[in-house]
Amino acid sequence: MAGNAWRSTLLKLLARCGVRISDASSAPEICETTPLILHQVSRVMGAIKTQSPQPRTFSRGIQTVTLIPGDGIGPEISTAVMKIFEAAKAPIQWEERNVTAIKGPGGRWMIPPEAKESMDKSKIGLKGPLKTPIAAGHPSMNLLLRKTFDLYANVRPCVSIEGYKTPYTDVDLVTIRENTEGEYSGIEHLIVDGVVQSIKLITEEASRRIAEYAFEYARNNQRASVTAVHKANIMRMSDGLFLRKCREVAENYKDVKFTEMYLDTVCLNMVQDPSQFDVLVMPNLYGDILSDLCAGLIGGLGVTPSGNIGANGVAIFESVHGTAPDIAGKDLANPTALLLSAVMMLRHMGLHGHANKIETACFDTIREKKVLTKDLGGNSKCSEFTADICRRVQDMD
Amino acid sequence: YRSPPPAKYGGRHTVTLIPGDGIGPELLNHVRELFRFCCVPVDFEVVRVDSSASSEDDINNAVTAIKRNGVALKGNIETNHNLPPSHNPGTICFDLYANVMHCQSLPGVPTRHKDIDVIIIRENTEGEYSSLEHENVPGVVESLKIITRVNSLRIAEYAFNLAREKGRRKVTAVHKANIMKLGDGLFLQCCKEVAAGYPDITFDKMIVDNTTMQLVSKPQQFDVMVMPNLYGNVVSNVCAGLVGGPGLVPGVNYGKDYAVFETATRNTGKNIANKNIANPTATLLASCLMLDHLKLRAYAKMIRKAVLKTLSETQLQTADLGGQGTTSEVAHSIMQEIQRGGPRTSEQI
Repeated sequence: MAGNAWRSTLLKLLARCGVRISDASSAPEICETTPLILHQVSRVMGAIKTQSPQPRTFSRGIQTVTLIPGDGIGPEISTAVMKIFEAAKAPIQWEERNVTAIKGPGGRWMIPPEAKESMDKSKIGLKGPLKTPIAAGHPSMNLLLRKTFDLYANVRPCVSIEGYKTPYTDVDLVTIRENTEGEYSGIEHLIVDGVVQSIKLITEEASRRIAEYAFEYARNNQRASVTAVHKANIMRMSDGLFLRKCREVAENYKDVKFTEMYLDTVCLNMVQDPSQFDVLVMPNLYGDILSDLCAGLIGGLGVTPSGNIGANGVAIFESVHGTAPDIAGKDLANPTALLLSAVMMLRHMGLHGHANKIETACFDTIREKKVLTKDLGGNSKCSEFTADICRRVQDMD
Repeated sequence: YRSPPPAKYGGRHTVTLIPGDGIGPELLNHVRELFRFCCVPVDFEVVRVDSSASSEDDINNAVTAIKRNGVALKGNIETNHNLPPSHNPGTICFDLYANVMHCQSLPGVPTRHKDIDVIIIRENTEGEYSSLEHENVPGVVESLKIITRVNSLRIAEYAFNLAREKGRRKVTAVHKANIMKLGDGLFLQCCKEVAAGYPDITFDKMIVDNTTMQLVSKPQQFDVMVMPNLYGNVVSNVCAGLVGGPGLVPGVNYGKDYAVFETATRNTGKNIANKNIANPTATLLASCLMLDHLKLRAYAKMIRKAVLKTLSETQLQTADLGGQGTTSEVAHSIMQEIQRGGPRTSEQI
């Protein structure tokens, strides 16, 4: 994590260039410099002064988290996660809220005000699967949440789970996907009968924002490189803009290696050797495809965590699988995806100790193969799986 | 179904050869040597189009050559970002609307998944690759994805026809119509309409992100897949990776009157160019597909058999498959394999 050691190294380096800084917020005193050094110095200063969405450390106090259980198997897996957190004595207080689409004043669809209020206060949310009823007249709940909190980055770390065998055993990458624009802008027109046009929108602002988030994430999580995925050879202006922004932001993060790769090359190499990838940043559609591809590499949506980062420090972590109405209420669901998302949430909040404990317990349970749920190849109930993890967590103390 | 190639004179076909960049030239040289060795009645007309300053005239010459011959074999051309966008000018000029890639697990190649046999049919002319982009407001770029009824019907018709020809049971349409309701919705609707005329073939549809997830866990469930341009790019690269990499899979671009043969994933391989380590399998198999197209099936069969036999010899595999063989060793072994088949009289050919 970019901390004191890094900061003091920087200050020493700047001193060598003839710049003295009493404190980072004031302007640097520059003794004698050449324009080149001045340019380099201001770049470095920009890096120090940039408001980074740092994880807030709440080492002592109890942090409130908004919990949205969701539909289908949502409630049971949320209960499982709450139980495990209790067993791990994590300093989390849950505030349960439901989100359904309601028509607000002016006829616009929105989420219930209690939910919004709770999220705005706590800033951190954990969400189960939400069903999108077809032809309900309102947009999907996930889309509503995204618009309400301006969730611009979707982060999916994909790590091979030891004990859940897939043909790919050495996956350890993170996909960061721009979540607001791109091909999913929803702007479509019927030009003439039989000709349809879909508009893919790329803006400078959104591209810069996602690139900055990607590099910050890489820095905060000790990742070595960031790769921008694009198709700028075909879509020169749109992906070209995205790439340009990534390159510009990369200038401020010289400690993280920046590479760029065509989408098709990434796909080709990903299925042959996923270990060569680290952090991937990309626009919406490519992100959708690649993040699901990576989820498939480690075992599917039932074991993949996911987090959405929004403006104003809001972060909602969720499980990305469906509501599975056929097994809802039968104590057969697998809470792993929601649990790993909750672990991701703990890490975001700086509670690394608890995060590691819960994650290790979960992986140990899966590795032992004694109490696995049906989708992982076992025969146990959700409650048995949860109880095993709780037991392990308690044994660790 | 396909009109016969026009350029046949005195029993010999003329084919346009576009070496391209990177490993293209050396691999196509191997093709030429092999054809000469086997006395294949094909003459190559070489047309140079590559990233190093190809003027408008050069490209027009290439286009005329292909139009004259009707068939082309090409290496990949790297995109020169300084030139105006004209990706693969061939596909637009000749209306090569169908890109067909047959991905199958080849014996002797080490892969994570076995028994893959998928035909991927990708719409090659419109969709996201229409190159229609503009910046109305500084900092905001719009890129247009065009889907038309005519082209969607055409590619769906091609897919179902091919499936029937090859005795395939299922066609899966890959889309994202839950988000792009009008665009991909139109594509799906056209596929459904065409499917009604082929009751013997099952028609299925799948969303593109689910498709990629299924491909990396259970690729054996897919038979024939049809999709618009961008998803076609992603899915074909994923499948090529699944069966062993870009050095193994040939691809064909079909139009009504023209056909262009190349490697399926269109990689220039400039890092390994001229080092004698490139895998010639994809290019050689592409040339076999070309021979099939020219109705020189016996030659195609002979060469294909030799190529696959050599591929299964692990000590000869090239670097991309984890081996240490060189391109020339592989080419030499193929020629030896053909020779082992004994002399052929003109009746046998």
